[in-house]
Amino acid sequence: MSRLLAALDPRELRKAARASVGRGEAIYDGPGWGSPAASALDRTWREKPGVRGWLETVDHKRTGKRFVFTSFVFFCAAGILAAIMRSQLAFPDSHLVGPDLYDQMFTMHGTTMMFIFAVPVMQGMAVYLIPLMVGTRNTAFPRMTACAFWLYLLGSLSLWVGFALNTGADAGWFAYVPLAGPEYGIGKRSDLWNNLINLTEAMGLMVAVDLATVILKMRAPGMSLRRMPVFAWSILVTSVMIIFAMPSVMLAANLAQFDRTFATHFFNPAEGGDVLIWQHLFWFFGHPEVYFIFIPALGFISTIIPTFARRPLFGHTAVVLSMIATGFLAFGLWVHHMFATNLPELGKGFFTAMSMMIAIPTAVQIFCWIATLWSGRINLRAPILFVLGFFFILVLGGMTGIMIGAVPFDLQVHDSYFIVAHLHYVLLGGAVFPLFAAFYYWFPKFTGRLLDERLGRWQFWTFFVGFNVTFFPMHLLGLAGMPRRIYTYAADTGWGTLNLVATIGAAIIAVSVLLFVVNVIRTRAGGEAAGDDPWGAATLEWATHSPPPAFNFVALPVVASREPLWAREADEPTHVSGLSAQVREGLVTTVLDALPDVRYAYPSPSIWPAVAAVTVVVWLFWSNVTPSGMWYGLIPPAIAFILWYWPTRRETAEQLLLQRRP
Amino acid sequence: MTPSTGAHPIQSSASPAKAWRREREATPASIPAIRRGDALDVSMLPSYGFGTRSLMWWGTLAMSTIEGMGFVLMILVYFDMQSRARIWPNEAPPPDLLWGSVNMVLALLSIIPNLLANKAADDHDLRKVRIWLVVVLVVVFALMGVRWLEFHALHIRWDTSGYGSAVWVLLGLHTFNLVTNFADFVVVTAVMFKPPIDGKRYVDVAENTGYWWFIVLSWIPVYLVVYWAPRL
Amino acid sequence: MTGGLHDVEAPAGAQAQAIAQLWHVLLPVCTIVFVAVLVAVFVALRRAPRATRETAPDVSSLSQPEPALARAVWAGVIVCAVLLLGLLAASVFTDRALARLPLEDALHIRLTGYQWWWEAQYDDPAPSRIFTTANELHVPVGRPVIVTLVGADVIHSFWVPSLHGKKDLIPGRPQTISFRADRPGVYRGTCAEYCGYQHAHMVLYVIADTPNDFAYWAARQRAPAAKPASALAQQGAELFLQKSCAMCHAIDGTGAQGRNAPNLTHVASRMTIGAGTLANSVTNRAAWILDPQQFKPGANMPSQNMAPDELAAINAYLGTLQ
Repeated sequence: MSRLLAALDPRELRKAARASVGRGEAIYDGPGWGSPAASALDRTWREKPGVRGWLETVDHKRTGKRFVFTSFVFFCAAGILAAIMRSQLAFPDSHLVGPDLYDQMFTMHGTTMMFIFAVPVMQGMAVYLIPLMVGTRNTAFPRMTACAFWLYLLGSLSLWVGFALNTGADAGWFAYVPLAGPEYGIGKRSDLWNNLINLTEAMGLMVAVDLATVILKMRAPGMSLRRMPVFAWSILVTSVMIIFAMPSVMLAANLAQFDRTFATHFFNPAEGGDVLIWQHLFWFFGHPEVYFIFIPALGFISTIIPTFARRPLFGHTAVVLSMIATGFLAFGLWVHHMFATNLPELGKGFFTAMSMMIAIPTAVQIFCWIATLWSGRINLRAPILFVLGFFFILVLGGMTGIMIGAVPFDLQVHDSYFIVAHLHYVLLGGAVFPLFAAFYYWFPKFTGRLLDERLGRWQFWTFFVGFNVTFFPMHLLGLAGMPRRIYTYAADTGWGTLNLVATIGAAIIAVSVLLFVVNVIRTRAGGEAAGDDPWGAATLEWATHSPPPAFNFVALPVVASREPLWAREADEPTHVSGLSAQVREGLVTTVLDALPDVRYAYPSPSIWPAVAAVTVVVWLFWSNVTPSGMWYGLIPPAIAFILWYWPTRRETAEQLLLQRRP
Repeated sequence: MTPSTGAHPIQSSASPAKAWRREREATPASIPAIRRGDALDVSMLPSYGFGTRSLMWWGTLAMSTIEGMGFVLMILVYFDMQSRARIWPNEAPPPDLLWGSVNMVLALLSIIPNLLANKAADDHDLRKVRIWLVVVLVVVFALMGVRWLEFHALHIRWDTSGYGSAVWVLLGLHTFNLVTNFADFVVVTAVMFKPPIDGKRYVDVAENTGYWWFIVLSWIPVYLVVYWAPRL
Repeated sequence: MTGGLHDVEAPAGAQAQAIAQLWHVLLPVCTIVFVAVLVAVFVALRRAPRATRETAPDVSSLSQPEPALARAVWAGVIVCAVLLLGLLAASVFTDRALARLPLEDALHIRLTGYQWWWEAQYDDPAPSRIFTTANELHVPVGRPVIVTLVGADVIHSFWVPSLHGKKDLIPGRPQTISFRADRPGVYRGTCAEYCGYQHAHMVLYVIADTPNDFAYWAARQRAPAAKPASALAQQGAELFLQKSCAMCHAIDGTGAQGRNAPNLTHVASRMTIGAGTLANSVTNRAAWILDPQQFKPGANMPSQNMAPDELAAINAYLGTLQ
């Protein structure tokens, strides 16, 4: 331990380092927005202007907004596909869209909504909010999250460019083999899909690792696990689930791609393969995926309800434990997507029991929310309207979920429109309604302006009515025997009327989304100024400006209560001081009690995450075209990642300047 | 700034103070945050830390979990196909044991220089870090050579049958980890030869040598499945 | 194209009946819970006073327990858990009822799913009594049927809602489903697992006949194709062999032995053509033969370049294949 740091004289090094960073007296951070520390922080954290700064940014708020914006654009695109499909199905024997295009459209719709919209939008919201909520200046690995965004953007664009060139994936969002395999999946359609899975799942994993690390290790001093906001819990649970579940679908997509590129036989029953392996690997990921989307939404709700009920969440601990329980149980459900593939009796009983049991933690949370509303004083604003809509729709979707957990009933309605209805009730009710609530709630933090309340109410009611008009009739269609994924149906099936009703509902939903877009554009142009804390909320993101500066907080907060902005204990320190304002420095705390432990120099902006993302995408496509691309294509990413890691002179100098050995 | 109210950490009636004391006892070398008036001064905290104090340690743990899931699932794929076959493997003799076993022995031995490099990094002993990193590099390079021979000892191509596909991908998955970790070692070693050396680089060395445990430990089940499962 | 029942709530077989009973337990229980939760939300909203953002938050709950609320939440959770246990029991009992269909004297059918049609082979201990048909199953009322499900290319799924839930046809993993029709009638089934372009036109009719009618139908199906009775039909039979028809279709008792498409030995006895795409009428058949892609784009049958008189002859011949 007592050996010298290096062969060189450390004092010399420090001197050289100070010269390199190029400032005189050291400035440390501390409170006061107008202080010299604040302007030093601003200089340190401000990013380069222009395209270069745009590509290099590692600001979690910019990356988070990019995720949210991009995924919302894709949400609209996939919604337009849904509207076209609904138009096709409005009348029997319709010729608006042929089978080839229709198959691509529903595959693109499902793939986009699940992989390109739902997971990234939740992760994007978390990337923006979590560092603010736990009181730190950036995520743990902001370059990795920036790289994840570029992978996601390029992967999603490639899938949609393929669709525009009539090479859209067409084997369903679940891409069952052999239909997506080498023999029946024609052209490059399924290759694009497999690439997308690789890229979006890599994105999901990278962001999950980053978020879990921030939540575990970078919370403000005093924010012990007991005091951690429920939203941070929801993202922690989700991130851990992602780490265990996403490798499964990545492996599946790669095995499928090996079958396609290298003629392996994983899914070829004629050569010892097994087509059901795909389904097990896919649903071992696919069922938890529903909860990657749903659990962050639960976090939104548990954050929004207390603010508008003007009291802390009732049953905080029960809600947190319920989310953890949901996370575990979600891994025991995957087979209920496979009831029709013939399972042993014992397995059926187990998976039925699991499917029903997972309703209990959700029930606990719903009752805790009702108890919070019941005993609170309610500020009835747009975000809480969407939460109320969530109650109606999610509970209905949960009820049909319990029904299809029963194997015999599922055998009837599986792959019918009953399931289409159920999954939209669960996913739109369980994720999109809370997401709109979250947009209305946090939009002032993102932009400094409040979304228009009146338009918000109009949007809510059109969405709520349109949603139910669209999807409720689908339950009845399923019971009447209408299977999913058919591009047309005959008149004598009697499905025409309900389909027409559903299509009318879809038009109302389209109006609603349009109202939201109008609201956003109008507000950006000149909405009501929000101030730092427009709702009188309790969590730390409201303790800084709206929108927050690049460095988030002039001084990192110290937390002494579960509701840091509502309740303080006397005689507690209120903030951290002594972090450098000239170098991007933050604080690492201990996992359980969030005690200050180590100072941390955040990564600086870098072009290499974007370059690395481009090279990885090139590698994937190269390997689709020629198998040797699999090997040679690895060289550019390797170079990019090495340059990404390689410490610059300036970084080393900064490290040495701040250096204090453990 | 108001003068220090003593070397007290967060002062509060609640449990954090107690927990903080517990934490200090656990890491006596660390200098605590100091309360100054309303502020908690952290300027005396170390600027980096080893093990669970390092963020990258958590990132590495997560990466190992992700890759570990990959191995677990791939092994399940292998056994699913085996359970459906009457004779396994039908198309080829089981792989030769020689090179896989050599690899196993070498992998286990490679833990020694890795541990020594890890210890040297912990001690900030640049000379020893350099020596042991170079030794590790040589060993890992040898492992990759043996791996090359292993592929030739499989006696089957990946496109011959489901069994061939499974063993190639299992072995390939581990090789991918081996090669990327080798590349990591090359870079980390190069950085340790490029002064000035800041303390965080020692953490990088420690984490890379720590990750090597995952490569070795994951090789045990993969080795058993590829070489011994066909002989059951 | 020709109707047929397809309704989960209108069962015509023992098993669909058991599932419909389960549905009649699930629906009221779930509805009551749904309404109860919404009423609780509504009452909470009505009773809580209104506030604004300036309203000081009430943080007393951070230090004081709220036993009344806790009791209410506990009660709600316990009620839910009990109801779920009840539903679980109902589900398990229904599952056992499904598995316990008596199978003595069962009819065995081997059903193979192709992109996008069904081939049914009626098994019999005597090989000469085995026969093959397509896209239409006849079954005797009251007698159990065991269907062996075989996926020939991609995964399909067998689903006749009025008779039973669904089961998949998985390449490399044959499995069986058994059911019993209890009322005569036409029951429309369909492929329920997405299987490519024409997943929408992969209908399978199950026609439950009285035992006598079934025996009559089966006897006719076992017979080879009828000899063409008219000169036009005779010409059609010859054209069928000369043109490309026989490369894919089989007509037992003739030289046509293709196995890539539905067996047409008794095609005229079926209700539809193209696996439920069109009603089996003379004009529809003619239109279909000329240009199947117009009705079922992507189907494997190519459009035919055929003179009107040739078409009329082939159509006349097919019409005789009762």
